[in-house]
Amino acid sequence: MAKRLFAAAAITALLLSTGFAEEYTYPINDPYKATVVGTPAANKPELPQKIRRTRLELTIFEDRKIPDALWYNNRLFCSFAWQKEQAPLIFMIAGTGANYQSAKMQMMEKAYFQAGFHVISISSPTCPKFIVTASESSLPGHLEDDARDLYRVMKTAWQQVKDDIEVSNFYLTGYSLGGTQAAFVSKLDETEQVFDFKKVLMINPAVSLYNSVAILDDMLEDNVPGGLNNIDSWMQDVLSKLARATQGKDRIKFQDPDFLYKVYQHYPPSRKTTAALIGFVFRISSSNMIITSDIMNGGGYIVPENRIPTRNDSFTEYAKVTFRIAFLDYFRELFLPYFKARQPGLTEQALIDMESLQHIEPYLQKAEKIGVVTNADDLILASGELDYIRTLFGTRAKIYPNGGHCGNMDDRAFVQYITDYFKAEGGES
Amino acid sequence: MKKPLVVYAFTVMLACAVLTGCAGVAPVPDPIIAPMHTADEVVKEDVTYPIDVYDPWEGFNRRMYRFNFYFDKYVFLPVVGGYETITPNVVQTGISNFFANIGDVFNLTNCLFQLKGKPALNTTGRLVINTTIGIGGLFDWATPMGIDREDEDFGQTLGHYGVGSGPYLVLPLVGPSNVRDGSGLAIDYATRLLIMAAIDPYENCSGKDARTIEAILLTLEAIDKRHNVAFRYYETGSPFEYALVRFLYSELRKIQIAQ
Repeated sequence: MAKRLFAAAAITALLLSTGFAEEYTYPINDPYKATVVGTPAANKPELPQKIRRTRLELTIFEDRKIPDALWYNNRLFCSFAWQKEQAPLIFMIAGTGANYQSAKMQMMEKAYFQAGFHVISISSPTCPKFIVTASESSLPGHLEDDARDLYRVMKTAWQQVKDDIEVSNFYLTGYSLGGTQAAFVSKLDETEQVFDFKKVLMINPAVSLYNSVAILDDMLEDNVPGGLNNIDSWMQDVLSKLARATQGKDRIKFQDPDFLYKVYQHYPPSRKTTAALIGFVFRISSSNMIITSDIMNGGGYIVPENRIPTRNDSFTEYAKVTFRIAFLDYFRELFLPYFKARQPGLTEQALIDMESLQHIEPYLQKAEKIGVVTNADDLILASGELDYIRTLFGTRAKIYPNGGHCGNMDDRAFVQYITDYFKAEGGES
Repeated sequence: MKKPLVVYAFTVMLACAVLTGCAGVAPVPDPIIAPMHTADEVVKEDVTYPIDVYDPWEGFNRRMYRFNFYFDKYVFLPVVGGYETITPNVVQTGISNFFANIGDVFNLTNCLFQLKGKPALNTTGRLVINTTIGIGGLFDWATPMGIDREDEDFGQTLGHYGVGSGPYLVLPLVGPSNVRDGSGLAIDYATRLLIMAAIDPYENCSGKDARTIEAILLTLEAIDKRHNVAFRYYETGSPFEYALVRFLYSELRKIQIAQ
């Protein structure tokens, strides 16, 4: 009896000392559904409603000319959450099209703040505000250039806050495209040495930007019945189904924290519709990016170079045109020619190869401080890329069985993993 | 005789030149250099584009959108920020509940206008419960009791009876709307004045005091409304934001009217 009590006490003590490793119970096994729905409320961790944070307003290039149509993008905003005592500072990079306070960024900011870190949240370089204020070329997607732009933003933000806080170490993380960019920023930091990041975590990164973007482009174009000319009837269909879910006796309310989860439980859309939705959201992000890049580079792609629209002009027709342009069209028609002009002899394949983790593989292989967390069913990984991550990172890769692309990021166990990763002292976590 | 005429003609010419900004001598504008992708290539007559919302006053609307941004930046958001700093969260929730309870009056009138029996009963129940045991609406006991809020307004009532949305309209302070919903807002406000006149809550106050109380309440209500809306103008930074917001507003209203 006494022995048993002792054993029970020992196990309890052990569990307490390890801080109760959360069991991973993320329930959605369809990666498309997981990507759209995210994490059900029951699986989310408890996070503070409000935290000590403020908005930083940065001017990156003093002499930058802001086109009239983009007049409101005169400064870059970041979020800064701080501790009153000495703590490590984590820089976070948002995913494609997301800004510094997207839902995922705010969730991570709270989780890291609660775990005792200072946090600086940075918008994705694909965000219009970043393209206008902080990108040297204003043509995002070039991982080495993006890393230089991000590094410059981090330095500027750090300059603004360094006298107000005490920092013990610098860490770096990012999700989706931001995860991939974190690796490139880390590599740049090895030579620049401003932060000397002690640990870096890539969350659901793309291995090859080109492959991931091709997958997302196709999700829209292959799954809207009748093609993009039919987008209106597809959308009306989706919206009327959504409307039906919010009516009647068993209606699901918009305010419900599990709104999408319940819609999927009671009125499950088809796999094709779900894939098209993911593609649609991505297309809106890439459209915002492409039009902004075009205006910043003097037009000629979508807006006429000798009639750049102004703040009072309608953008509706340009929106129709841009929405038809896939990310890969942008890559071939605007991006590649620009870098070819800068670097004669550059081939399309060479540029595609530069846009991947393979490009910095020797660095990633030996950089023990860099870890990856992703899902076995992440939609943005092409075939073979998950194995590539496993082989390249070995024990530094944590792979969850499900969650799609960032669908499980709000899951308790996942959040605990990404916070514990930085909490663990030195080396491996 | 001749000289004055010449002078007159010259004066007229000069005036015209000044008024038209010397249009007469300005060169014909260069022909547009076509970009790589044009609307001609993509936009087709027989295709419906979801981004198209009837917006004949877009120029005015875009200016009003910009005005709202500046109003937010220099007046509304600083005031809301101050309000959030000085009032504890429970007080904020109480104030939100209070105005939501007043809002339930218009949810009720509009349920009745649309002859929606059960929602009207529910809303009546909410009003009774929250006004009494919810102490004048400061606490929302009805929702945890399973009596949900029915969001109805006169714009939806008009839509319910088949009134089209009319042109898109960005209203000062309020933001995205259209002619139907803007009129609905005015009717709801008129209803409010009628009800106020009928119950006369300020009967013991002087006319001046009554107006002051009403002004304070209206201001607090506006602050509470803004406090509950996360939207920030130009936050996406995208030149398509105006069109995307217009699209989302229109679709959201369609869903609300269908309910």
